[in-house]
Amino acid sequence: MLRGGSWDREPSHGASLLRSGRSAPTRGAATGRVVHLIFFLCALVSIITTVGIVLSLLIESLGFFREVSVWEFLTGTRWSPILRPRSYGVLPLVSGTLLVAFLALAVAVPCGLGIAIYLSEYAPDRVRRTLKPILEVLAGVPTVVYGYFALTFVTPQLQNIPLPMFRDLLVFNALSAGIVMGVMIIPMVSSLSEDAMVAVPRSLRQAAYALGATRIEVALRVVVPAAVSGIVASFILAFSRAIGETMLVTIAAGATPRLTLNPLESIQTMTAYIVQLALGEAPHGSLEFQTIFAVGLLLFMLTLLMNVLGHLVVRRVREEY
Amino acid sequence: MTTADSAEMTGADTALKVRNLNAYYGAFRALKDVSFDIPRNKVTALIGPSGCGKSTLLRCFNRMNELIPGARIEGEVLFNDENVYHPAIDPTEVRYRIGMVFQKPNPFPKSIYDNVAFGLRINGYRGDYDEAVERSLRGAALWDEVKDRLHESGFALSGGQQQRLCIARALAVEPEIILMDEPASALDPIATLEIESLMRELIRDYTVVVVTHNMQQAARVSDKTAFLNMDEDRAGYLVETGDTHQIFTNPADERTEAYITGRFG
Amino acid sequence: MAAADWASRFRPNLARRKVWGRIWFALFMLAIVVGLAGLVILVMRVLYQGAPWLSFHFLTDYPSRFPEQAGMRSAIFGSIWIIGLTGAFTVPVGVGAAVYLEEYAPKNWLTRIIEVNISNLAGVPSIVYGLLGLAVFVQLLAMGRSVLAGALTMSLLVLPVVIIASREAIRSVPSSHREAAYGLGATKFQVVKEIVVPQSIPGIMTGTILALSRAVGEAAPMIAISALVFLTFVPTDPLDKFTVMPIQIFNWVSRPQEGFRGIAAAGIIVLLVVLLTMNAVAVYIRNRTQRRSEE
Repeated sequence: MLRGGSWDREPSHGASLLRSGRSAPTRGAATGRVVHLIFFLCALVSIITTVGIVLSLLIESLGFFREVSVWEFLTGTRWSPILRPRSYGVLPLVSGTLLVAFLALAVAVPCGLGIAIYLSEYAPDRVRRTLKPILEVLAGVPTVVYGYFALTFVTPQLQNIPLPMFRDLLVFNALSAGIVMGVMIIPMVSSLSEDAMVAVPRSLRQAAYALGATRIEVALRVVVPAAVSGIVASFILAFSRAIGETMLVTIAAGATPRLTLNPLESIQTMTAYIVQLALGEAPHGSLEFQTIFAVGLLLFMLTLLMNVLGHLVVRRVREEY
Repeated sequence: MTTADSAEMTGADTALKVRNLNAYYGAFRALKDVSFDIPRNKVTALIGPSGCGKSTLLRCFNRMNELIPGARIEGEVLFNDENVYHPAIDPTEVRYRIGMVFQKPNPFPKSIYDNVAFGLRINGYRGDYDEAVERSLRGAALWDEVKDRLHESGFALSGGQQQRLCIARALAVEPEIILMDEPASALDPIATLEIESLMRELIRDYTVVVVTHNMQQAARVSDKTAFLNMDEDRAGYLVETGDTHQIFTNPADERTEAYITGRFG
Repeated sequence: MAAADWASRFRPNLARRKVWGRIWFALFMLAIVVGLAGLVILVMRVLYQGAPWLSFHFLTDYPSRFPEQAGMRSAIFGSIWIIGLTGAFTVPVGVGAAVYLEEYAPKNWLTRIIEVNISNLAGVPSIVYGLLGLAVFVQLLAMGRSVLAGALTMSLLVLPVVIIASREAIRSVPSSHREAAYGLGATKFQVVKEIVVPQSIPGIMTGTILALSRAVGEAAPMIAISALVFLTFVPTDPLDKFTVMPIQIFNWVSRPQEGFRGIAAAGIIVLLVVLLTMNAVAVYIRNRTQRRSEE
């Protein structure tokens, strides 16, 4: 086809493309640059958001830390920013937050891992296709709803347990919030862990079967160890989610900052404190108002640490195979 | 199937007897009426054009084929005169007596030691683990290369070493038969030769069945050769079996001759 | 290598291992039951407590001190305002950012930072966004506790989700289509405008609706902005005060009187119906386009 015909001629108009100096391409190039810039600015919004979060938390906290030393804030064991005698030790809020988060993990880790192993190693395709969307629904229910559930259903059920320790269970308590939060984050653990297990090459399972391993041995001794970094990452990210969860604990765990590890007591988490104060109309610029930014800063740093850690572990998984 | 009597009775030199074996994947028939014997302490090669069911046949021997959803088998595979497909026999029992090595090296993401010890642990080995691991690694001609780094990851080894680690892993549970599914196809020529010479050593203690698409390899390593072909409906069937020398120099069937002289496949 | 020898050295104990296998399997089933039972009991409980309180006036009346007269009119309209504005803000910015990252971005450190940053933003607790909105929109930019401040805050919250979903949609446009357009002499912007964005619209819509449905249920950042739980008018202007459905529910749940528990449950039913509808629409769009591309 290239031989003969018009293709064989000298490219007489080829050179004119370069020399013609038509205005259209240059205008096109200018539009292209403007468009490129606009798209770039859109992407930059995410960076600006992060900078905005960090700056607004830092600037407002700065006022707080002029009055209260960082050391006092981080090591003090009594949190009473409104009632006198005032005291700004954040540890009770931290302990309340961690207590609920660990209770949640105690529920979500075994359940989420069990579901993940079932989905990845046992479930027929049809079951998997039904079960996964249902679990997504569990993750999509608003947390106010879980708060309602913990307060009006789970707590009364716990109070009915015929054991002396449950008889005096308060209406607001860490246990009920922790259990319900655990159910809430099950899908997070199960879906991330399942992803990690599905990524384990089939050839490893075959090798184990060929050595006479049973199905459960293949799952627990080959697949789970091979996927361990992804599984651990799912725990970390679920933990981070539990730390940042707000409405559920505000509704069900109480508003009494208390340095305790007893799940039967009423506590207050960092997030619940922020909500409590935000509702209280503290005057802007007051020390009370600034406390929520100091607590928010600590919360932000804790979850950021967890997320970075989780993503680092996930990246290690990808490099393995 | 683990009684002494049955072992005595086979006595002779047949490791596996395949009788009227048919394999299906759903509606698709992958193997048609395959019957032949696999001799003890020999290397038997399964050759044939790609897609003819060599790997399926191999996986029928240790019931690995059942792991594929929709797979179904008819016929018998007699191991020590017992049908491995007898309803009373658990596929797991078959698999720890008949080991398997795969196309691509697939060590577990564990240490070299733990890779070899895996089969010992799950099958309740009662002897000394260190000794058994060493014996298996020696058996796979890997001991000298790894004895100083048994606790490093199996992934740290070269491809050929990984494949020998997988062989050592299979040897650890002391199988009678070792099935190899194109064990050198992912390896470079030098590693391939190492695996091939290892196969010749293994038959002192074991029976080896190897699937290969490489006819020179079949000619180099095997004592017996089974040639499979497939029909237009893509169902594999056995054309002939015999001594490797005879198959490659004087095949009885003209299809075999056509295949080994490279006219198809 | 006889079998008798083997049996003296190995005790596979298969029967016991199979029993363990069954015990573990039962535990996995139990895990599923816990998850599903949680969901089922929750839904049953909400329906049981809330259904008697549902009525038409509940949707059209303002909140009240008396549970019998309480309605969620202001919360419903507040939520509509917030979601409408949030959608209007996030879609252009989110799609723009996704187009930039998929089609324009050079492979350099800045792009890396933007990508890592987006995935980290998705993990920031929503209450922290509330603090950001409180400091920047409400105070610094003097918008007050307004619908606009709430919607801007919500936009920043859902933006990472919209970007991630849009990137996936854009990535699924076959590169052969782009090449065909380039082959006809199209500029990059023309390719984006005529080929890439139109083909990824269903995916972007699905992702956006799912992100907005998450926003409908978010209470924490809205409480930090609005600080209001009791509002007896409907916002008519972006600078009006507002409340949203989950805040209203939170307010009802926190009241000790039994009647408000029922009202809260009724509010939850309304909220869940809205969420389910949005999710169903998103899934419908996704399935329809999947089927079409398979044909």
